[in-house]
Amino acid sequence: MTLPIYLELFLTFFKIGLFTFGGGYAMLPLIQEEVIAHNWMKVEDIVNFIAVSESTPGPFAINIATYVGTETGGFLGAVCATLGVVLPSFFVILIVARVYKKFKESTVVQSVMTGLRPAVIGLIGSAIVTILLTVFLPNGFDLKAIVPQDFLVSLGITVVMTVLVFKKVHPIIIIGLSAAIGIASGFLLN
Amino acid sequence: MKDRFKNSLILFLTFLKIGAFTFGGGYAMIPIIEKEVCEKRKWITEEDILDIIAIAESTPGPIAINSATFIGYKISGVFGSFCATFGVVLPSFVIISIISLILRQFSDSLIVQYAFNGIRAGVLALLIKALVSMYKKCPKGLFSYILMGASFILAAFTDINVIFVLIGCAVAGIVNSLIIKRRVKQ
Repeated sequence: MTLPIYLELFLTFFKIGLFTFGGGYAMLPLIQEEVIAHNWMKVEDIVNFIAVSESTPGPFAINIATYVGTETGGFLGAVCATLGVVLPSFFVILIVARVYKKFKESTVVQSVMTGLRPAVIGLIGSAIVTILLTVFLPNGFDLKAIVPQDFLVSLGITVVMTVLVFKKVHPIIIIGLSAAIGIASGFLLN
Repeated sequence: MKDRFKNSLILFLTFLKIGAFTFGGGYAMIPIIEKEVCEKRKWITEEDILDIIAIAESTPGPIAINSATFIGYKISGVFGSFCATFGVVLPSFVIISIISLILRQFSDSLIVQYAFNGIRAGVLALLIKALVSMYKKCPKGLFSYILMGASFILAAFTDINVIFVLIGCAVAGIVNSLIIKRRVKQ
């Protein structure tokens, strides 16, 4: 059975919103799983979009929901996906806001978090490995399909940028530099 | 009643500003919320901010939405939380709608493709940094390491849905706390 695209977008992003704990890229594993399973984006597109999201205002969650919604269902699609990703937190917080002292001190909440925090780290680790493979082996596991100069350029960018990121260089500068190196090496090597 | 309407309008505008000027989302938003909501409006205290971060981290959904909803509710009830949330979402929504049109126009251009080839490697660096800072904040210990390893392996090498991994680890967290409690009693 296929659901109408608007309902599908709403429900998928509702699920993503409901099961994301923690900020930033905690959402990445779920996004990867759901968005790829629906054939809405490829791993490559998601990585490209992370760069777009870092260079534009607003939270990643809203940005990617709006983007996937627009690409698959136009304006109404964007509304459905964004509404979907927002509603779970909205309702949960409305409930929690009434009892938040109790919630904060609840041992059940604290024990659940001792399980969820490491889980999110493991899941993001796995999402990053998937991205690593698409960056370094874009043509799959076939060793003959590796283009040595592309591989080396990617490796160089990753190493240099990782060093810069840990020196607290701003993400937008990282993205700009990576783009410049990508363009320069693209024209020089091809 | 009139105050409530006025407050909700201010909430909307304040969070509109927060949504429009925070790059990177989530945690990047906290200092701006502090400045706008604590210092300027005196709606909540610094201590409330710490509570909000703690709650946002242990409830589902993006931190931006969690904190907007929470602060909105504290200032002027359900309508306030609607206004704050709508405000924080709107800028991203508009900007990304426009950007997706632009991206579609340029996605075939060679220069854009080369740029993104480089950018993907740069994003990898950003993600590695994000992972390391999350790891630093996470409580360490054998139990944590086992769950990290297990969820990594399940996600990387099996087809098990991420949601089931999360539910499983939440249950493991409860069971672990019960065991610790029992041991302490004995």
